[in-house]
Amino acid sequence: MREITLSQAVNEALAEEMRRDPTTFILGEDVAEAGTPFKVLSGLVEEFGTERVIDTPISEPGFLGIAVGAAMTGARPIVDLMFGDFLYLVMDQLCNQAAKQQYMSGGKLSVPMVVRTNLGATRRSGAQHSQSLHALVAHIPGLKVAMPSSAYEAKGLMKTAIRDNNPVVIFEDKLMYQEKAPVPEEEYLIPFGEANIKRQGTDITLIGTSSMVQVAEAAAKILEAEGISAEVVDPRTIVPLDEETLLKSVRKTSRAIVIDEGHQSYGITGEIASRLNEKAFYYLDAPVLRMGAMDVPVPFSPVLEDLTVPTPEGVAENARRLCAGEMIHAA
Amino acid sequence: MTAKTSTKTKAKTKPILGKEEYLRMYTQMARIRNFEDNANQLYLAGKMQGLTHMYSGEEAVAVGICEALKDSDRITSTHRGHGHCVAKGANYKEMFCELLGKKEGYCRGKGGSMHIADQSHGNLGANAIVGGSMGMATGSALRSKLLGKDDVTVCFFGDGATAQGLLYEVMNMAALWDLPVIYACENNGYSEYTKTEEIAAGSITARAEAFGIEAFQIDGQDVLAVNELATELVARCRNNEGPFFIELLTYRYHGHHVGDINREYYRSKQEEADWKNNRDPIIRFRGWLVEQGYATEEEIESMNNEIKEDAKKAVAYAEAAAYPDISEVDMHVYAETDPATLRVGG
Repeated sequence: MREITLSQAVNEALAEEMRRDPTTFILGEDVAEAGTPFKVLSGLVEEFGTERVIDTPISEPGFLGIAVGAAMTGARPIVDLMFGDFLYLVMDQLCNQAAKQQYMSGGKLSVPMVVRTNLGATRRSGAQHSQSLHALVAHIPGLKVAMPSSAYEAKGLMKTAIRDNNPVVIFEDKLMYQEKAPVPEEEYLIPFGEANIKRQGTDITLIGTSSMVQVAEAAAKILEAEGISAEVVDPRTIVPLDEETLLKSVRKTSRAIVIDEGHQSYGITGEIASRLNEKAFYYLDAPVLRMGAMDVPVPFSPVLEDLTVPTPEGVAENARRLCAGEMIHAA
Repeated sequence: MTAKTSTKTKAKTKPILGKEEYLRMYTQMARIRNFEDNANQLYLAGKMQGLTHMYSGEEAVAVGICEALKDSDRITSTHRGHGHCVAKGANYKEMFCELLGKKEGYCRGKGGSMHIADQSHGNLGANAIVGGSMGMATGSALRSKLLGKDDVTVCFFGDGATAQGLLYEVMNMAALWDLPVIYACENNGYSEYTKTEEIAAGSITARAEAFGIEAFQIDGQDVLAVNELATELVARCRNNEGPFFIELLTYRYHGHHVGDINREYYRSKQEEADWKNNRDPIIRFRGWLVEQGYATEEEIESMNNEIKEDAKKAVAYAEAAAYPDISEVDMHVYAETDPATLRVGG
């Protein structure tokens, strides 16, 4: 199968869906000729024109609000939010307006809109361009949240997001834009709420989201050499969450670590761990462990920044100790 | 783009209106006043829970503008939204049901007074965040332009909302992209419990003009003047000449919300009496209708009685109507997506 970068995969998904549905359009800062600072959108304006690939001023609440109104009245906007950190700027429009229209109107108004944004630290970008804020939006009923872990997922989830009749926030790992993965030439979509078992195992389940799927896979390789068989599961969307697949895996392995790049406190790791404890308690041989990003703003200095996110070695060490029956606490 | 600035107070072209249109304007204004009188009573009698904000006194604004619109034109409304809802064509029955949280309400009881929406007449909904709907209105206008439609969107908001940054972000984009949107600022003189002059520096219309948006200031108690201007601006929006901004000088008779009873610390009873007795939009227009021979006093009284009777019936209906089944509490969190569209080739 051919291999393309995550960036190309997103670009293809957008182009295919924009050809399919003339009501779709892209809105955001430097999306047209610049193709975004990450060059993910390069070439789209040449095909679809500036009417459908619209450069906006640096006004995140403004253009996100505009997307909400366009979505409520018959279009399917795809908003480009240049950095996940800018979510704080758009919270009212996203969480008070977009997320609640369907419910507040008793099912009469819908907001079929996609917010493309990103996550991920270790790019030396400092505390305001490195955050992984998906937990903020996953907390809000009415929003769906997708977290692709490779080019393959990025394309399939994006196509589903655009066709979904709800506001969907899709987080791309900005460190993965240039990473290649096998992506079929023929059309495919990845349904929301279907986790993917990336690797089969029997001793412990490593549940990873987005960037942390690779970390979990690398940890599984380390463990394999030591005779520990780790299963790696990628939920792919955290809202909706495929609880069944996660539970099935944990019932089989009886141990689990949840790994995510958001801050550990009050985050995705705690939510998933709690569901596993509630629903698979009698199958567990050890407490479900959380491994999130440290509860500190992301520091600039490389020696400090690298300490803040889970690593394959850290995951392997915790897995080793869980499998040895040690009672441990997450960092 | 070329700047289109100048603060005007008079429109160039007059709409062609006759008796039917004039009487409809009167009826719509009277229906708003009646709706609010009943809503206020429901609240005071403890039959209606929560928060609500009365539109009484501002009727000429909503009616003057909405009478210039078609059902396919959209509006976004505010927390003080009952007037816009009635003016855009909503029915009493579904509105009272919504205010009482009943299943037959426009939003199945899930929205209430501050989130009432009537999609069938193009009302995208009231909004409980001051200034919260400015993006939506502008987005509706962008959609109209992108999809080659000719509908216009009116964004209603109060003077208090001019303090929100969102307004300036979206006006900038509306002006850059020539969007068919009219920003209608209902200046009732008070931002909640504070005089507008204490929260708004400089001129409100000048803020729109800074973006090259043609802006108007108009007497919001004169339904004919409002309608004349709105009709002209809607036509110009359809002709790709938008956006526009109107500041409508008006007054709310009640407090900021129904519970705001003792308000002499921020405005005097004398001031309230002056607006009610000397500038009331309904009394003013009624006088004009009689003077011009479009209706007699008796005919108007008969219209008033009919509206009162309608409201009474709708209130009684809503009071007796069923609440939503408790199974509805987690319905409508997410919209359905047809599974066929999520397949390859779908």
